[in-house]
Amino acid sequence: MIEAVGLTKRYGSTVAVNDLSFTVKPGKVTGFLGPNGAGKSTTMRMMLGLDRPTAGEVLFDGKRYTDLRNPLRTVGALVDAKWVHPNRSAYAHLKWMARSNGIPTKRVDEVLDTVGLTEVARRKAGGFSLGMSQRLGIATALLGDPDILMFDEPVNGLDPEGINWIRRFMQRLAAEGRTVLVSSHLLSEMAQTAEELVVVGRGRLITQCTTEEFVDSTSSSSVKVRAPQAERLREVLTAQGMAVAPPDSREPDSLLVSDSTTERIGELAAGHGFVLHELSAQRGSLEDAFMRITGQDVEYRTGSPESALPGDAGDGALAAADK
Amino acid sequence: MTLISVERMKLFSTRSPWWCIVTALGLTIGFAAMFASQVQDTAPMSVGMTQRGAQFGLIVVMVMAALAVTTEYRFGTIRATFQAMPNRVAVMLAKTSVVAVLAFLIGELAAFGSWAAGWLLTSDQALVLDTAAEWRQVAGVGLVFAGAAVFALSVGALVRQTAGAVTLVMIWVLLAESLIQLLPTIGDDIYQWLPFAAAFRFMRGGGDSMMSQPVSEMPIGPWASLVYFLAITLVLLVVALVTVRKRDA
Repeated sequence: MIEAVGLTKRYGSTVAVNDLSFTVKPGKVTGFLGPNGAGKSTTMRMMLGLDRPTAGEVLFDGKRYTDLRNPLRTVGALVDAKWVHPNRSAYAHLKWMARSNGIPTKRVDEVLDTVGLTEVARRKAGGFSLGMSQRLGIATALLGDPDILMFDEPVNGLDPEGINWIRRFMQRLAAEGRTVLVSSHLLSEMAQTAEELVVVGRGRLITQCTTEEFVDSTSSSSVKVRAPQAERLREVLTAQGMAVAPPDSREPDSLLVSDSTTERIGELAAGHGFVLHELSAQRGSLEDAFMRITGQDVEYRTGSPESALPGDAGDGALAAADK
Repeated sequence: MTLISVERMKLFSTRSPWWCIVTALGLTIGFAAMFASQVQDTAPMSVGMTQRGAQFGLIVVMVMAALAVTTEYRFGTIRATFQAMPNRVAVMLAKTSVVAVLAFLIGELAAFGSWAAGWLLTSDQALVLDTAAEWRQVAGVGLVFAGAAVFALSVGALVRQTAGAVTLVMIWVLLAESLIQLLPTIGDDIYQWLPFAAAFRFMRGGGDSMMSQPVSEMPIGPWASLVYFLAITLVLLVVALVTVRKRDA
């Protein structure tokens, strides 16, 4: 269980994280979702006591990170897979971390085996590919067999097989009753991994809800129908007050119906004796939905061209000076 | 003890400390051997003169000490360290102890190695260690190396960049102090109270060498000079600890 309360980080006049509060419950994967620059990594560093919050605190099972004895045994975290000395072997890296928290050395071999790095364990970490570094970072997080796990963008740089492995791995950790927090800027990624979402934009909490709720609330749903007698079906559906998109010349036998369900259309078609070749629910693009909801919370937006035009005030001043 | 053994593991699981040890000993003892082999009867040998190359080892050890911190910042391992061990002051003290002990050992090896090289090459009876001042000039080198390592490590922790920290430390030890001495009127008075001037006074002063400053001309005695040097080093370390504790890792 992780509880963040009023977490705030200011750098001079810029506010990186603004009064952020959320809870992460055990037994499921919680996604920490937000566009780049939303303050996800800063938040994670503050959670681990690396950056000092301007205000607020984070509790892991009721305790602050810096008050934990042997913190790696309570909270395992992968914030940046590159936090390894390039001339140190993966084995040596894990060994000193294990020693620092009183973790037996044989655990090092176990986690190396879990992430599949046993064969390269004695090689310098500096020569690792991004995927291997990422696996080493995950091994580090698992080292203390902690109940709480945090991963910052864990699938970055992984190949599809690695991505799949991480997804299943995190779900397994959650199924074992652990608390798992995973950050990402990709909603589609989170939709496949996380059950619960903490959504942030520009350092502020946008919403905390289940992934399903978030997806439902943000994406418009429509139904795709493919039928040989598409034109006649269109008339029937329109007569029922449904909004049918104009015909698409590339797919003349398809209809896109919004504000309806597959059940209703299926029953109507059966009632009128239509043959259907396809009947499927369509989700709007998750990315579009995410953009819509966090649109005002993107840090680096492109400036509008009008603002670059000279104002009238300058002309007025010139005119005044002429008089 | 756990923290100290962790820092020891971290230091020796990369190759740079080994290179530093070899370089420091090689340069210092090598210089002493060259010096002894070229010495003429007109300039009699002394214990102090076998230690003229100590500055080589000193610089290498200081670079090693600065690197012990700056590489951690360079590669982000300092964050992994503080993540595993949130008590930053304890971590930094453990690191300081490991580096200081290593620097002390390198200093002793270099000093006695240099002395032995001089003895073997000249068989000069003047090199017999038979006065307290002569013992200080040889055995004291390790103490100065340890203090200098803490000095460099603190600078490394404050600056956090290898290039910056190494440049600062080298310029201070090799240039700044002796340049200040060149200032008219006040130069000499200030120089006497600079940290490495005090350290060198302890390391080289007294004895029967023509090139060393007699104890009677020192503002404070050689041992007081060492204490003064270590005190300045300690102040710098405290400033570094407070900064590391307050700053975002």
